Amino acid sequence: MNRAAELAERVLSLVGDRAEAEVVTSHGNLSLTRFANSFIHQNVAEEGDTVSLRVAVDRRVASATTTSTEPDALAAFVDGALETAALQPVDEDWPGVGGPEEIPDVEHVDDDTYDALPAARAALVKAFVDAGDGLLAAGYCQTEGETVAFANTAGRFAQRRDSVAILDGIHQTGTSAGSGHATSAAIGDLDGAAVGSLAAQRAIDSASPFDAKPGVYEVILAPEAVATVVMFLAFYGFNGKMVSEGQSFAEIGSQQFDRRFSMWDDATDARAVGVPFDTEGTAKRRLELVSNGVTKDIAHNRRTARKAGTVSTGHHFPGAEGVGPVATNIFVAGGDRTVDELIAGVERGIYVSTFNYCRILDPKTMVATGLTRNGTFMIENGRISGAVTNLRFTQSFFGALGPDRLLGVADDARFADGEFGPRFTHVPTLHLASWNFTGGAEG
Amino acid sequence: MFDLATAAVEGALAAGATYADARVVIGKEEAIDVQNQAVQSLGRGEKAGVGVRALIGSSWGFFATADLTRRAAAAAGARAADIARASAIVPGEPMHLADVEVVVDSYETPAIEDPFTVPLSEKVDLLIGVTRTMQEVDGIAIATGKLTFYDTNKWFVSSQGHRIHQHIVESGGGFDATAIGERESQRRSYPQSFGQFETGGYEVIRKWDFAANAGRIAEEAAALLTADEMEERETNLILEGSQLALQIHESVGHAIELDRILGWEAAFAGTSHLQLPKLGTFMFGSPLMNITADATLPGALGTFGYDDEGTKAQRVDIVRDGVWVGVLSGRDSAALAGVSPGGMVRGDGYNRLPMVRMTNIGILPGPSSLDEIIAETKDGVYMATNRSWSIDDKRLNFQFGTEIAWEVKDGKLGRMLKNPTYTGIGPVFWSSLDMLAGGDEWIHWGTPNCGKGQPMQVAHTGHSAAPGRFANVRVGVRG
Repeated sequence: MNRAAELAERVLSLVGDRAEAEVVTSHGNLSLTRFANSFIHQNVAEEGDTVSLRVAVDRRVASATTTSTEPDALAAFVDGALETAALQPVDEDWPGVGGPEEIPDVEHVDDDTYDALPAARAALVKAFVDAGDGLLAAGYCQTEGETVAFANTAGRFAQRRDSVAILDGIHQTGTSAGSGHATSAAIGDLDGAAVGSLAAQRAIDSASPFDAKPGVYEVILAPEAVATVVMFLAFYGFNGKMVSEGQSFAEIGSQQFDRRFSMWDDATDARAVGVPFDTEGTAKRRLELVSNGVTKDIAHNRRTARKAGTVSTGHHFPGAEGVGPVATNIFVAGGDRTVDELIAGVERGIYVSTFNYCRILDPKTMVATGLTRNGTFMIENGRISGAVTNLRFTQSFFGALGPDRLLGVADDARFADGEFGPRFTHVPTLHLASWNFTGGAEG
Repeated sequence: MFDLATAAVEGALAAGATYADARVVIGKEEAIDVQNQAVQSLGRGEKAGVGVRALIGSSWGFFATADLTRRAAAAAGARAADIARASAIVPGEPMHLADVEVVVDSYETPAIEDPFTVPLSEKVDLLIGVTRTMQEVDGIAIATGKLTFYDTNKWFVSSQGHRIHQHIVESGGGFDATAIGERESQRRSYPQSFGQFETGGYEVIRKWDFAANAGRIAEEAAALLTADEMEERETNLILEGSQLALQIHESVGHAIELDRILGWEAAFAGTSHLQLPKLGTFMFGSPLMNITADATLPGALGTFGYDDEGTKAQRVDIVRDGVWVGVLSGRDSAALAGVSPGGMVRGDGYNRLPMVRMTNIGILPGPSSLDEIIAETKDGVYMATNRSWSIDDKRLNFQFGTEIAWEVKDGKLGRMLKNPTYTGIGPVFWSSLDMLAGGDEWIHWGTPNCGKGQPMQVAHTGHSAAPGRFANVRVGVRG
């Protein structure tokens, strides 16, 4: 038995028959090599255990986490959680813990990544920096390896290993920056030179920007920009808690999006990263969110599923009690056109590499504001005509993908680093009919 | 615990580090979240471990472990040095540290009432009560209350001889009411978005008197559904104190971080529009703009005894009479920039590399009051409580939304307005500051969720502020 599973069993035995309980443990490492001004300046790593416990004593619920796994500390940890729970009011919506179920037979792990050494990350950084040929580089290379185990008092048990490798960075001229990104479960899949070259090219191409006049433009959104849009949709819209509270736009069965738009969540896809079960031990399976523009389903954990009269889709995570269940293995269907072909279809528009600092003004309408970053370009008569300074937008993410608003989908789907982080979305470049830019560099 | 930190430092030195320091950190947290009179989550957490920082050449190496044994601590030191050494594959100029006084000392947050010993039932009952009060108002669909408490002990040892123990206690919480209409939702929060956090014990919670404010907040949320939309125009903008605090955080606090100015955060958090050659001459704002970084303010959230490099907490002038005069720095960035180290480096728990973080970045009080500001405003809007915040990677171009606004006509508050926003460019905006309140309206607002760094770190920062007025601001921008 691996350490995470052994820890989970140990905690469960400490609980005994005193409560319903579910335990999530992880054992592993996280290492990150950070560079700026074209050299490595911060190089970090950590390893250890985390233990999360949720107990229900006669439907009185409490949770606790710890990093201390010595026998006395674990016993005190369990006793403390039980004592805390016993003092609580009865939780009328407590869904109970789930019984045994089959976990998909997938494991997104690569041994070279799991135990990657600092030299391996530094080599990728060097390739990224060298690709800039004198430009100023900044970014990071991260590797993680962990074993996650789940056990509960109803006999549900799951364990899987997973790994992830990320290379993300920018190259800068004196007046511009361009970004590149790659994520995979295997460090061997990362091509530092290719990621660095894309960042360098974007920086060079945007070195002489002009101020574009704010207004409504057609846009080509590169994968990083699309990642931000769809992750906001997942967080605020396809979320069982937000739906039950009336705060979500999602209406199952309605043609809420353009027919070209399809989006699903699938932790079992061979390209995905992470483990195929959530922190309630529920198996993750493919969940259709939008098919050909029709809203199909939403993410649930056991609590929101009980309220909605359905079953959990396996999207609980620590903190989901407050914000609700969120899909985090999102795929958006790619198209059959190249990015150049999408650009060729734009008479006058803006190409956006990345969005930055986006915030929702109203979750129900999904009106958000944010800025462009790391490469923004004007498109005129089907070709990039020049770089523009960063623009501020105020735009409904939901409305931007509405019926007849998605004009084209590229064939370049990949993991992209959006506002919520790099591992959650695998998306292509999109061509949208309109985007409301409300300010330029000067306000 | 000093022995463990010492073992970690010795491990790093033996492995070739030219400088090393280590922190043993034991952090406790309690979080209670109530929604519509039901406990939504009640969690307690403890994170304990040692993090060791080793300097070799141009790079920090850092390693953290939760294994609190001497053997593991020494091994962590060696790993930190090995990691730093690997950085030489992509080297830079050797990093130096500015000199600071070597200190053996201890510090403890003044706290009257230990929040962890206040009965859970009292804390839960408080939140159930305020959510009940809010739900009694017609139109309120969601009523939420939260309390969070932190108790952190840390033992710091450096290879230069520092030995510092600190015990920091932080308390915070708040509540909000959400009214949901056909096509929109409206929310009001108290004391501010995400709640108010301060250093101190449970007395912080009692001071804000949740029960007395729940009804008013709920009524405002419900009224917003039928309020008029704010129209887009340029006008006089009066900001309530907590919104001005966030304005300071985003457009001043981050812009003055020396690591951003030096390019160390370029890829993620971003850089800064501020350039070091202009330190001492750049006009950041109007003469009413006097900003300090003061880690010594009693009760403020960014208050401590020593930072996580062992530098004593201090007050540093940042903007004086509108002129930019100071930065937030640590020993490495200060040495590179040629400024005095400001003691502004902190790490999130034992397992994160300390980095430049805000302490208490606040505006000094002005001569007016909110009533006087409103009375002297012929035409304008008064906006309160943050709802959204966005600013570019150079900390220039910002857009904020607030939960609520009122029009100001001929010196009086008028109609309630919904979906208020304002936008601008940092120094232009700050130059338009023409009235500023003070007195008992000057409050140490706390921000418990400042994200920065990779891996992500969350810092707790303070921002003293009072209501202020800004001229000719673009408001009412909507999609």
